[in-house]
Amino acid sequence: MRTIFATLLVCSLAFVPLALAVQPDEMLADPALEARAREVSQDLRCVVCQNQSIDDSDAELARSMRLLVRERLTAGDSNDQVVQYLVDRYGDFVRLNPPFKATTLVLWLGPLAFAVIALLAGVTIFRRRAHASKNAAPAPLTEDERRHINAMLKDGDAP
Amino acid sequence: MTRLAYLIPMAIFAILAAFFIVRLEDVKRGEDPKKLDSVLIDKAITPFDLPPLPGRGEATGLSSENLKGEVTLVNFFGSWCVTCKLEHPFLMRLKELKLVPLHGIDFNEPAEKGMIWLAQGGDPYDRVGSDPNGRVVLDFGLTGAPETYLVDQQGVIRYRHQGAMTQEVWDAEIWPLIVRLREGK
Repeated sequence: MRTIFATLLVCSLAFVPLALAVQPDEMLADPALEARAREVSQDLRCVVCQNQSIDDSDAELARSMRLLVRERLTAGDSNDQVVQYLVDRYGDFVRLNPPFKATTLVLWLGPLAFAVIALLAGVTIFRRRAHASKNAAPAPLTEDERRHINAMLKDGDAP
Repeated sequence: MTRLAYLIPMAIFAILAAFFIVRLEDVKRGEDPKKLDSVLIDKAITPFDLPPLPGRGEATGLSSENLKGEVTLVNFFGSWCVTCKLEHPFLMRLKELKLVPLHGIDFNEPAEKGMIWLAQGGDPYDRVGSDPNGRVVLDFGLTGAPETYLVDQQGVIRYRHQGAMTQEVWDAEIWPLIVRLREGK
């Protein structure tokens, strides 16, 4: 059983490289430059599929972007300059990792704000509940209950 | 006060639900949720020079210089693009009306394929540049095909239409803008 499982695992790993969108003819000869291209590509959004990076996407437009990334890197651009080139043409949307700035404040701080609100609400509710249970005086005994208790105390045993 | 506090989560839910419903209704009415506003509106086009399609004549390629001096339309197309087929009859009508120069950029395919497509379906363009690797496509911030850009006399992008051009878009957006640009406003 274990052998079969291991074989399957190895087979599935063997097929991973096939899922790559980057075609051999796109790759740069210089491995260091190609590695940088891959790194930059993974942070750029394919504007056709919108939830894939251009490194993952088979769309033609993603291919054009991959070629552009390699062209700019070969021309001597830094990684940031390449990203900026595309941001200038597509806006921040093209970055899968959006920058922290005025227009993205809600995106970055929204979840944090909700967490703070939830925490404050939780603390207030629990504190109020603890306070209420500590200070609330028990209701006085009714005449009926008093008589019942007195009877029990006198007899020693429950009726 | 405590009672009212319990309503806050419900209020937040109601606001979010309203937001989502409005967006869903927009989509139902036919608005494309993937639509992206171009950041290049009111920016000058990046200089480019594209070769012509084979058999279309010597000096019929498209460069950024061809887009200066008058208001022009640039239409991105490809023989692989299904929506382009849908838009094609309207482009042919535009050509007949001779209202504005209409240039084309055939992209992400070898120039021969674009030429065959125009030879079979009709050629509505003044100039056509071939962009087989989609290099100029990126300088226009293209997100799909077809897309049409309105460029003013100074070579500045003024409008982008994503998807097929229709009479409605023409009447409502593009023609009024052309008139305004020609009046120099």
